[in-house]
Amino acid sequence: MFDAKMTRRTFAATMGAGALAALVGCGGGGSDEGGAEADEGFVVRMVTDTGGVNDQSFNQLAWAGMQQLESDNGWDIDYYESKQDSDYATNLDKAVDDGSGIVWGIGYAMSDAVNEAAEANPDVLFGSIEGTNTSGAENLIAVQFKSQEPSFAVGYIAARMSESGKVGFVGGMTGETIAAFEYGYKAGIEYANAEQGTSVTCQAQYAESFGDAAKGKSIAQKMIKDGCDVLFHAAGGTGVGMLEACNDAGVWSIGVDADQAAVFPDYTTIIASALKRTDNVIVQVSNGLKDGSITGGDTIVMGAAEDAVGLADTHDNLPDDIYEATLEIFEKIKAGDIVVPGNEADFKEYVAAL
Amino acid sequence: MEASPEYAVQMHGILKTFGQFTALDHVDLDVRKQTIHAILGENGAGKTTLMNVLYGLYQADEGDIFMGGQKVSITSPTDAIGMGIGMVHQHFMLVENFTVTENIILGDEVCGSAGILDMGRARQKVMELVDEYGFDVDPDAKIQDITVGMQQRVEILKALYRGAEVLILDEPTAVLTPQEIDKLIEIMHDLIAKGKTIIIITHKLKEIMQSADECSIIRRGVYMGTVDVKHSSETELASKMVGRNVNLTVEKTPAHPGETVLQIRDLTVKDERGIEQVRGLNLDIRSGEIVGIAGIDGNGQQELVDAITNIVRAESGTITINGEQIQNTSPRTTFVKKVATIPSDRHRWGLVLPFSVTENTVLERHADDEFGAGITLDYDTMREYTTQLIKDFDIRPSGCEDERMSGLSGGNQQKAIIARMVTSSPNLLIAFQPTRGLDVGAIEFVHKTLIAERDRGAAILLISFELDEVMDVSDTIAVIYHGQITGTFAQGTVDENQLGLLMAGGEMR
Amino acid sequence: MSKLEKFLRGRLAAAIAAVIIGFAISAVVLAAAGYSPVQAFAQLFRGVFGKPKYMANVFIKATPILLTGVSVAFAFKTGLFNIGAEGQYIVGTVLASIVGIKLHLPMPLQVPIVLAAGILGGAALGAFVGWLKAKFGIHEVITSIMCNWIAFYLCNYVVMSDTFHKPNSNSALPVSSSSYTMILGNWKKSAEGKAFLKGIPWLREIMLKTDLNYGFIIAVLVAIAISIVLTRTKLGYELRAVGFNRDAARFSGISVERNIVLSMLIAGAISGLAGALTITGISPHTITLLAAMESYGFNGMSVAFIAASSPLGCIPSSLLFASLIYGGMSVKAPTEIINIMIGIIVFFTALPGIMPVLANRLAKQRREREAAAAGKEA
Repeated sequence: MFDAKMTRRTFAATMGAGALAALVGCGGGGSDEGGAEADEGFVVRMVTDTGGVNDQSFNQLAWAGMQQLESDNGWDIDYYESKQDSDYATNLDKAVDDGSGIVWGIGYAMSDAVNEAAEANPDVLFGSIEGTNTSGAENLIAVQFKSQEPSFAVGYIAARMSESGKVGFVGGMTGETIAAFEYGYKAGIEYANAEQGTSVTCQAQYAESFGDAAKGKSIAQKMIKDGCDVLFHAAGGTGVGMLEACNDAGVWSIGVDADQAAVFPDYTTIIASALKRTDNVIVQVSNGLKDGSITGGDTIVMGAAEDAVGLADTHDNLPDDIYEATLEIFEKIKAGDIVVPGNEADFKEYVAAL
Repeated sequence: MEASPEYAVQMHGILKTFGQFTALDHVDLDVRKQTIHAILGENGAGKTTLMNVLYGLYQADEGDIFMGGQKVSITSPTDAIGMGIGMVHQHFMLVENFTVTENIILGDEVCGSAGILDMGRARQKVMELVDEYGFDVDPDAKIQDITVGMQQRVEILKALYRGAEVLILDEPTAVLTPQEIDKLIEIMHDLIAKGKTIIIITHKLKEIMQSADECSIIRRGVYMGTVDVKHSSETELASKMVGRNVNLTVEKTPAHPGETVLQIRDLTVKDERGIEQVRGLNLDIRSGEIVGIAGIDGNGQQELVDAITNIVRAESGTITINGEQIQNTSPRTTFVKKVATIPSDRHRWGLVLPFSVTENTVLERHADDEFGAGITLDYDTMREYTTQLIKDFDIRPSGCEDERMSGLSGGNQQKAIIARMVTSSPNLLIAFQPTRGLDVGAIEFVHKTLIAERDRGAAILLISFELDEVMDVSDTIAVIYHGQITGTFAQGTVDENQLGLLMAGGEMR
Repeated sequence: MSKLEKFLRGRLAAAIAAVIIGFAISAVVLAAAGYSPVQAFAQLFRGVFGKPKYMANVFIKATPILLTGVSVAFAFKTGLFNIGAEGQYIVGTVLASIVGIKLHLPMPLQVPIVLAAGILGGAALGAFVGWLKAKFGIHEVITSIMCNWIAFYLCNYVVMSDTFHKPNSNSALPVSSSSYTMILGNWKKSAEGKAFLKGIPWLREIMLKTDLNYGFIIAVLVAIAISIVLTRTKLGYELRAVGFNRDAARFSGISVERNIVLSMLIAGAISGLAGALTITGISPHTITLLAAMESYGFNGMSVAFIAASSPLGCIPSSLLFASLIYGGMSVKAPTEIINIMIGIIVFFTALPGIMPVLANRLAKQRREREAAAAGKEA
């Protein structure tokens, strides 16, 4: 009954402290050469959702991307932070007034506001991270992530690391968005099973909340009791409870969105994280919009091929052979050799074809 | 006067202002060693403020303090205690469910080497003090179980325990029975004999005459001089304090009682903690009669008044006004039945201090159409009405209609309440501690008003903890003890000692 | 008394002086953090007055906090601490949305009904808190905080419910357009309106780029009405009497319990109206999934304290607060620094009480100087 499309404010609200460096650091390697001619002083603005610019998640990653645009191209960058939903429209308006060439609205919650602003300001280009171009405005491009792709990679890791043959998945809210994580993850497990001749199975459970760490913890404890020894989550703050339960029980866990091993250094059993590279998206799409290689009017989905998703750099807990194997698999995804299923129907087809 | 070691305390040129109000205007005080020095003044004259400066609770804007001829600087009570000054406040600061010893050592605990409380040694020290000064106090009794007089002695012990050489007593007799007052005066003289110096703040002339050696008088923040008590009289002190001649005796004609207005039968009332405070009380008051209730605070007076005014529920029994039962209705009903009450704590029950004088004078009657049609409130009419009351009752300063009530002096606040109560021409006027904290001049006014109301035909219930007041003003005196009326006398048929005995729970022989 | 002393004792002057001191101290903080105070204040100023539409936005942003401010101020005048304005506001938005989504009446009927729904919602929540206090003596601060969370989760529940959820979004469906309270909302989007506005660029900016609505006018009227109720009616008299001295009020026959419930009911109604006006006046005209409290109630508390709990004073103080918040977004400095700057200004503005203290100090210094001078002469 609940649609899972959900703002990530909950993520920001519950993230632990102090991993700015880690986040920015993980954006270091993946910069895009782009080929955009540097146009000194070109104005780009971003408006955060209510998570704020230091949310240790995609607002912060987006700003890292903006900063890269500044250092690579010499562009004039700045951000506006929204404190309330009603700030979206006025902040977008101020961003336009700065003489912007491109204005980014970060986060799903801003989708409607960005659509309206694009219609009201046809001479400015707009980008929406995780939004949808519902208005059809020609000057708006909305970008979504193929979250099943990094999930596939961490699913592979989970299956390889499991000794009990049972792994788990904790979802935030039932719905398309989180289903992409779940089936990508499950597909990765099946891939590993086929490759290694194992029969690792996966339990999935949804907390129906992105902010309930206690519930995440109790779900995780139940899974651990059932014998699961690697757990992955796509559940925001709820997932933090899962990370804690795993740490307490000495069971491997996998983070999401940001490099959670770096964000939560106290949780020592995190082996990997499935990333959304908002920074890369901002850099690529901004450059593309500027040089005309990308045009608006649509909602695009970006994945491994575009470096829009990825794996966290931190892999201290991972044996080198498994890490190397995972990177190879990720390269195959990038190259299109593996097409990762993002929903239940595609997943069934995928498993049948294995 | 020069600073000299003959004096325990000297305060010279003390100026203290609060905003634009000058509380103390260059006041001098010279207290000789080993004397009882009274500070006399009307309420709000600045006596307590002066002592708070000495005790370090306030800092003077100007002026110097000397002790034994040496200039000292006192910026906190800790400083004051360190210099041997002790203060016993009007309201005791004791922990009810602690023992006497625990209260005395509180804040200055005797500790062993590991910082652990050494109760044995503490008790020993307290016992030594009790013996030295001949106090009749059990160090192991809990505060809640001992009399008010003993509690006061505990406060004095507390100060002595901290090494006080100069004791400040703020209105020490306000809560005591006549017998306890005598005992206190005895103790004070003992302390002087043992080398202590005592400063006593009071507005009771009789006690000054009985106990003090010298008396400094303060009027409206100004020092009026010091008199040798032995060569003075109550009348002289009173006129110096008020600034004019005052009549200290209550003048009234004999009462002419009519029909019974208030009839109370078998009334039982519990307090907030569920303890019965009024226990089957019976009382009758006729019109044109003042019935005064003598008794020590805490014997059911508050609960009796609360039940009549319907602030609390009566457990059982009846309260009848002119034949109609009013128990357990509402405060509004009480008012409608023409019962007016001058409450004991005017700040708590009688006034809305942040309201203007005008807003206060209409408190019970604001909903009347007279003060505005429908939902509106007509401030012009209210103000006119108030102007008349201010004139009739001589509330000062004149023209204070729009002043905040909190800006008026205690006496004028009390006048405002009385004006409000009396203009409703009540059938029953309850006056509960009507002169509490008032100066001689205001007391005179209150007593005259009560008698005038009696003569108009109202029934008056006067409840006071001042035995003199009950004896002087009442036509009939009833003693309340332990929630019951234990004796009723016509005025003039009973003396202070007999009443005091009854008030303390004794039997009349 | 010197001129400066006299000036400091004046109430308005005290408020102005407090604002200036607030700016001065925040300038020091800005400079210490390495930002030019002059530049920051210029950006702040431009962010507020730079364009007519910015000023329009200040009025829009001031609307809800003016009302929640009046709500807090009103309750405070009657002796209650309405920390629950936040929750009452949220319930106001929720009920206005529910009714606005379900009803499709013509505008003259629809708008009052939608607003009434919000008012009722806030009033009910406020009255509940008042009732708990009157009946069981539970402190309103405790129950208010709990009610804030109840409102918060009620909002999220309604947003996610099948009936009201807008598919593929984190918000509920928008209310029907006949509920809108924007000024000339339909006309300005019509071809005729667009053509007319084209000729007047500044008006066009205000009309088309902001959600200029009737909310602020309504809020000002409410502030005036509440001020009259408090000072010129029997109800206000009783409420204030209960607020200042519960015992004396009871003693004089006023029903304390009834007045506590009534006071919280009215305070809640005002906050509920704030919520309803947000729904009808500002896009997206609906409620969204809340991740954290949006601070409308808490900002209202700041507004009320700046105004020293005067309902009329809330009008300028809400505009000041909205200007700082909205203009602050234009300051090119990290948000933390901007928030500290706003915090300092609000802190000092809310403390005009310190001005008379300053005046006293000046007076004392003067006396000492005079005394010293007199001493020399002698």
